Amino acid sequence: MAMDALEIERLIKAALPDAVVEITDLAGDGDHYSAKVVSAAFAGVSRVKQHQMVYAALQGRVGGELHALALQTSAPA
Amino acid sequence: MSENPIFDRIRTDLESNDVVLYMKGTPMFPQCGFSAAVVEVLTRLGVKFKGVNVLDDDDVREGIKAFADWPTLPQLYIKGEFVGGCDIVREMFESGELQKLLADKGVATA
Repeated sequence: MAMDALEIERLIKAALPDAVVEITDLAGDGDHYSAKVVSAAFAGVSRVKQHQMVYAALQGRVGGELHALALQTSAPA
Repeated sequence: MSENPIFDRIRTDLESNDVVLYMKGTPMFPQCGFSAAVVEVLTRLGVKFKGVNVLDDDDVREGIKAFADWPTLPQLYIKGEFVGGCDIVREMFESGELQKLLADKGVATA
């Protein structure tokens, strides 16, 4: 099951309203994306927790209908 | 709420091995690019690790996701602690944080 890049961005921003999200479709198949997410909510939070916050925003889609989402998260510099 | 019985098996693996990688395929024959990438990092560092092939066992495959509250594989554990998936491991390797973590935890590297 493929997922639209805009939908991914919308879900991330719904959970992290300040997030700057940059999504790349890696394989052109709507199933393998990479996402760069920058949000103040990540400040002082471990990487594992940062990724868990993004996974939570995507409500169980990662690992399911979204096979692969390469993630790079950080707090604003 | 009763705990997932697979958690005990996971804990036993984590207690008896310093470095454990839950992955698709085996270290010799990874069956997923993300798993292969983590194997490559560990191999380059000369770290001895136990590879657990989740494709052999659906209970472990689903159990490990619940265990770490992490929806994807691979998953790397060092001294029982969940370190991350492919993206985090690669980032930490490139920044030298992974090498530091291994040293701090007393895990031998080449």
